[in-house]
Amino acid sequence: MSERSTQELQEIAKKIRKNILAATTEAGSGHPSSSLSGVEVATMLYFGGVLRHDPKRPEWPDRDRFILSKGHAAPLLYSVLAEAGYFSTDDLLTLRKFGSPLEGHPNMRRLPGVEASTGSLGQGLSIGIGHALAAKVDGKDYRVFVMQGDGETQEGQVWEAKMFAGNQQLDNLTLIIDRNRYQQTGKVVEIEDLDPLADKLTSFKWEVTEIDGHEMDQVSKAFDWARGVSGKPQAILASTKKGRGVSFLEKEGNYHGKPVPKEELEKAFKEIEAGLS
Amino acid sequence: MSSRQMGPPTRDAFGERLAELGKSNDRIVVVDGDVADSTRTKEFFNQFPNRAWNVGIAESNLVGVGAGLAAAGKTPVIASFACFLLCNAYDQIRMGIAFPGLNAKLVGSHGGISPGEDGPSQMAVEDVALACALGGFTVIVPADSESTKALTKAMIEHDGPVYMRTGRPDAPAIYDTEPDVTLGRAITVREGKDLTIIANGLMVAEAMDAAEELAASGTEARVLDMHTVKPIDEDAISKAALETGRIVVAEEHFAHGALGAAVAMVAGRRGAVPMAFVNVGDSYSTSGQPDELFKDAGITTADIVAAAKSLL
Repeated sequence: MSERSTQELQEIAKKIRKNILAATTEAGSGHPSSSLSGVEVATMLYFGGVLRHDPKRPEWPDRDRFILSKGHAAPLLYSVLAEAGYFSTDDLLTLRKFGSPLEGHPNMRRLPGVEASTGSLGQGLSIGIGHALAAKVDGKDYRVFVMQGDGETQEGQVWEAKMFAGNQQLDNLTLIIDRNRYQQTGKVVEIEDLDPLADKLTSFKWEVTEIDGHEMDQVSKAFDWARGVSGKPQAILASTKKGRGVSFLEKEGNYHGKPVPKEELEKAFKEIEAGLS
Repeated sequence: MSSRQMGPPTRDAFGERLAELGKSNDRIVVVDGDVADSTRTKEFFNQFPNRAWNVGIAESNLVGVGAGLAAAGKTPVIASFACFLLCNAYDQIRMGIAFPGLNAKLVGSHGGISPGEDGPSQMAVEDVALACALGGFTVIVPADSESTKALTKAMIEHDGPVYMRTGRPDAPAIYDTEPDVTLGRAITVREGKDLTIIANGLMVAEAMDAAEELAASGTEARVLDMHTVKPIDEDAISKAALETGRIVVAEEHFAHGALGAAVAMVAGRRGAVPMAFVNVGDSYSTSGQPDELFKDAGITTADIVAAAKSLL
């Protein structure tokens, strides 16, 4: 599906990772590790030919929609949008600063390319369903992609939305669950286990596939698979690592809601460049 | 309840006008939380099955789906009981509609304590305050069937988020025909110079009855139908303060945060204006006939008359 090679996409992913760290370190706050886990999926969406979009026409009615439901991963969204050309990558260094449209969590009214204002967890999928229903009513062929966190999946609204999307047979809707296995205070499995998550989604009338969310080829195949499903919404359960790409973030497991210290940024960049993990 | 001639419930007028508007405006879509026969969106469902969805008993998802439809360019009417819509899905309204300022219309039926026999779990006595607290929202409480039709049209034509409360029981007729309405502009339904009663919803009828009683003892009360609580009609309130010197506010809602507060915030800037407030107070109602509950809560014609006399 992609015109770019896997290697080219991996190089873009490295840029995205570095921009996430640069922006959050400059801001002095934010959620870099929660952003890093979703990099391959977001890179494939915006640069791998999955998402039909045009940075010059962010309001294009026929565009595909990507909704970041886990709004605290805003640095990820901003980094891919900037890299795609929605705004300058220089703006990334204004993250969380007064006057900048790059707010701590996405604000659809202030930044082109942001499809939903998120940050209160559990709400993005319902909004995605609204877009998907509108496409059906209007006879349009645009698709809707929603990225949700695994901790976020504990929210009740998420299950209302999943039940409704399954019953509505919304095959223009693809959910990616970024399963980095951690939430704010610990491991998802210890706080409120989601498993068997695939079985739950299947029983809610979804088609489900499970992949390694950091393997570019698997991510690509999953989106190809999703496009081929008819009559059902699709869920891609992407196993990921919080802090992926930076050993000292990954090692900590739950490096949550804090930026990389300035003095460690170069070390982190080198690791990302070398592709260590 | 008011002795005035009864008309249909405001929810009926809303449902009827909504279905009519659906014919000429295909951007209108409806999402309802499995109470379409109660909210009266049912006629829209019947006429436009492809533009209406029963989202099931799931208010959070209901509002989120409505928000997505609005973001995609539709004009969604999101309907449920007022209490479930506002209280169950408040954060979804805040994040999905108010914060991005989307063009979505929330319509809550069974407003106030007049749902009666169903009891307090089904009554919305906080909805107007909750809606007024949302940034950028317009908040409407129609008085009767004719004005509900006009306000439903105005709500759809308004570009921005709106909450409109409708009621369960028959509503006394205030208007013989559909009035001209402008959101944010009160309608003077009775002129008077001695005091002003500012009311909305079913309390407009009680206020009219109270004005007649007061007239019998020589007090001429102005009555304003303040159908829009937010943005409030500051000019009408200022004029009431200056020209009549006394204000009674009457609403079928808890005391805090709704019409009384909105009026007081304006009147306060006019210096010392004696005011009295007729409302449901700060405690929940119970099951019973609406007229029994109005009496119990202290929001009858007699209560308005007493409040007015306390200012004279």
